[in-house]
Amino acid sequence: MADKNRMLRISCLRYNPQVEGDQPRMQTYEVEEAHGMTLFIALNEIREKLDASLQFDFVCRAGICGSCAMMINGRPGLACRTQTHALPDSITLAPLPFFELIGDLSVNTGKWMRGMSERLHTWVHMKQQEVDLRRIEERMEPERAEEIYLLDRCIECGCCVAACGTARMRPDFVGAVGIAKIARFRLDPRDDRDDEAFYEVVGDDDGVFGCMSLLGCHDVCPKELPLLTQIAFVRRTMLRAGLK
Amino acid sequence: MRTVYSDVLVIGGGLAGLRMAIGAKRRGYDAIILSLVPAKRSHSKAAQGGMQASLANVIKGQGDNEDVHFEDTVRGSDWGADQEVVRMFVNTAPKAVRELAAWGVPWSRVRRGDREVIINGQKVTITERDEAHGLVAQRDFGGTKKWRTCYVSDGTGHAMITAVADRAIAESIPVHERTEALALIHDGRRCYGAIVRNLVTGELVAYVARATGIATGGAGRLYRVSTNAVICEGIGHALALETGVAELGNMEAVQFHPTGIFPAGILVTEGCRGDGGLLKDADGHRFMPDYEPEKKELASRDVVSRRMEQHIAAGKGVKSRFGEHLWLDITLLGEKHIKKNLREVFEICHYFLGVDPTKDLVPVRPAQHYTMGGVRTKASGESPSLAGLFAAGEAACWDMHGFNRLGGNSVAETVVAGMIVGEEIGDYLARSGSDPDVPMPLVRETWEREKAKLDRLLSGSGREDATALRVAMQELMTAKVGIFRRGKDLEEAVDGLQMLLVKSRDIRCRYTATGSNPELIVAYRTQKMIRLALTVAYGALVRTESRGAHFRDDFPRRNDAEWLKRTLASWPDENATLPTLRYEALDVKCMELPPGWRGYGAKDYVDHPDTPARQAQVDAIRERLAGDRLALQQALMPYEHLLPERFRGRNERIDEPLDVGGQPRPRPAERKRVEA
Repeated sequence: MADKNRMLRISCLRYNPQVEGDQPRMQTYEVEEAHGMTLFIALNEIREKLDASLQFDFVCRAGICGSCAMMINGRPGLACRTQTHALPDSITLAPLPFFELIGDLSVNTGKWMRGMSERLHTWVHMKQQEVDLRRIEERMEPERAEEIYLLDRCIECGCCVAACGTARMRPDFVGAVGIAKIARFRLDPRDDRDDEAFYEVVGDDDGVFGCMSLLGCHDVCPKELPLLTQIAFVRRTMLRAGLK
Repeated sequence: MRTVYSDVLVIGGGLAGLRMAIGAKRRGYDAIILSLVPAKRSHSKAAQGGMQASLANVIKGQGDNEDVHFEDTVRGSDWGADQEVVRMFVNTAPKAVRELAAWGVPWSRVRRGDREVIINGQKVTITERDEAHGLVAQRDFGGTKKWRTCYVSDGTGHAMITAVADRAIAESIPVHERTEALALIHDGRRCYGAIVRNLVTGELVAYVARATGIATGGAGRLYRVSTNAVICEGIGHALALETGVAELGNMEAVQFHPTGIFPAGILVTEGCRGDGGLLKDADGHRFMPDYEPEKKELASRDVVSRRMEQHIAAGKGVKSRFGEHLWLDITLLGEKHIKKNLREVFEICHYFLGVDPTKDLVPVRPAQHYTMGGVRTKASGESPSLAGLFAAGEAACWDMHGFNRLGGNSVAETVVAGMIVGEEIGDYLARSGSDPDVPMPLVRETWEREKAKLDRLLSGSGREDATALRVAMQELMTAKVGIFRRGKDLEEAVDGLQMLLVKSRDIRCRYTATGSNPELIVAYRTQKMIRLALTVAYGALVRTESRGAHFRDDFPRRNDAEWLKRTLASWPDENATLPTLRYEALDVKCMELPPGWRGYGAKDYVDHPDTPARQAQVDAIRERLAGDRLALQQALMPYEHLLPERFRGRNERIDEPLDVGGQPRPRPAERKRVEA
């Protein structure tokens, strides 16, 4: 307890596109580390005590909502659950690349994700629109439900797209998040679509055939989704559907 | 002044708001959802353990039905709930699970055959029925007689909001992300929409709508330590309060969850205890059976939280550099179970505590968790005093939770209330009387008033710092309006908050950008939050009894004779520093379940004078109609007329098939009414 706390030097990318003439720059703040400090705590301390204008996004601060994804010393991750003790004295924070910048560390992942959902139709295409809610639900094998949930755990944080080589070259690439969602709905017995229908939305270079298999997505996914196997699997099935 | 028109304006993009908008849309009306954040990031997502609905698929849920769910919920509420609304809720909850099952929620399913579970600290083998295989599974939760909580691993809210938000996208419902309602547009009789600020550009826009729904969730951030997301600041509550006309019900009823991880306050689910986890003290002793021999760790949350604090006060807490805490022990559940069914818990412990819950104990202490109070509504979800204003979910006082809600009942309420209120909004819009003659001068006047308020915060002559006021408010609420309350503390809290309220009128921002400006957001929300905090503290001061989560050290008994009533707070005079309180009596003579002992917690309470007579009446009816639970319920307290047509009717179960002899059984409403 007698140990002196570290002084952290936190450098944030500052740029507000709403302000005319503003230029991107790095700004460094000094914060005294505390026991159990996360970047959520540190950034809020900066905003409360040092700079009321610093923009960033947190919602759940518990690693489940995906709001706070940012570049932490060059690597995409969730700021809320990143403990400062795991980082060196100097910490560099930048907004996720690829997404529209709102300001400083805040990016518009929500807008991009909605666009992706509309493009890929990421919802169960029900066999009938109306179900009799009074009746016992349709059965599903317990293992199947677990497999679907494993892919459903995606929090749409954007880390996979920020770490994606293809996304740098193809602005319309659907990313691992999009491909994983297709894998999820393909697994779902309640979804009426067949592989031809899925091929329509991801069977091109902006979809699964654009992926160069660099798999940065797999390395950075905070929910550890099995992106490596799912992308390979979707590519194989889409290839088969395309050759039919 | 830019104006956006729609049939329905829904404020809040969580489960309740999304489902409400889908309901209205399916009735043919245009809905726009306003959300501070992308809808899927809403706090609904944090519901981990599950959603209560009496499907009775698992063997430990056998015999469960609406009646049992009803009684558990009313007892949980400490008789503060509106029993008709509880009936509407329990009858719709199974339908909500089944609707979500069709929409894609990957509910955990029953597997036939033997499985090992932990019950009361012991390994027990139970056998699931063949005919239940593949149906939605249930787990145990606090305050329930049967295993009733449907779940998706421990990411139930996540899976639910993913499916419902995707459904909203499928139905082309626009979500205006990163927008915030600053004020409702109203003339004292009806609501016409809201003045809305774009949080990215700062633009102030008038959203004019025929019906407005508040679904903004809870107000956990009135407290320093809360499990709630940082956006749960009670702003929807405050919007209603600031009309001076709409009322807030039971704001003093604040739930503290037993297992917030210490010290961060992040929630680990009640499913930990439901699945067999234990609470232990500094000596490693399991202490809950000493206090609550009947339900032990699975008494209702208000009771468990109080027992934990009582045990810490008795010197049994674990001392740490941040203060004292207790332990949650889930090691006995085994690594396989934890990594599959309590995976989020595993991640939270790993990332925020550096603890492996398969091997180590988890430090926990009760933390603010749920706002039972909210915008008072009728059974239809509409405000009784401001036409065209609806509310649903945590932001509403509908009122199915009374003074304490059960675990798994809130995420259930979000979708159930969303279904019902969405339908009611459809009915409201279908009535010709609901076509407003929108008074545009009023819209402009409201817009200009809000604009002037923002200008004053940015460039007025004030000197107060919003963050400092907010921190002072949170400290007061945490220290003096917490789990154990005393008259003297509450008086100090009310005095202190009034001073903060006066100061909050002189807030001025240091950073003066009119567009995206985090400090400006803190400034105007803090003004609203202090006012809201006063409704909590003042309501708690005046209520001189203990009921559910509201516990007064100086008035430890529940007092039905004087306090079987709902607190209604309004703020008619903008310059006042206290809300106006009035009380709405709950009528014992109409109750299906007259007040009594909850089955856990304190056994002494003061009866209402009408209780013995009503109890005798209920007992007689029960005896006469024993064996036909539907007829019995109908005789005790008819409620089905309150439900929208499409959600009426029984719920099928393995043991209660819908078809008898090839014919559907008649629905209760169609039966001959049995006179009480």
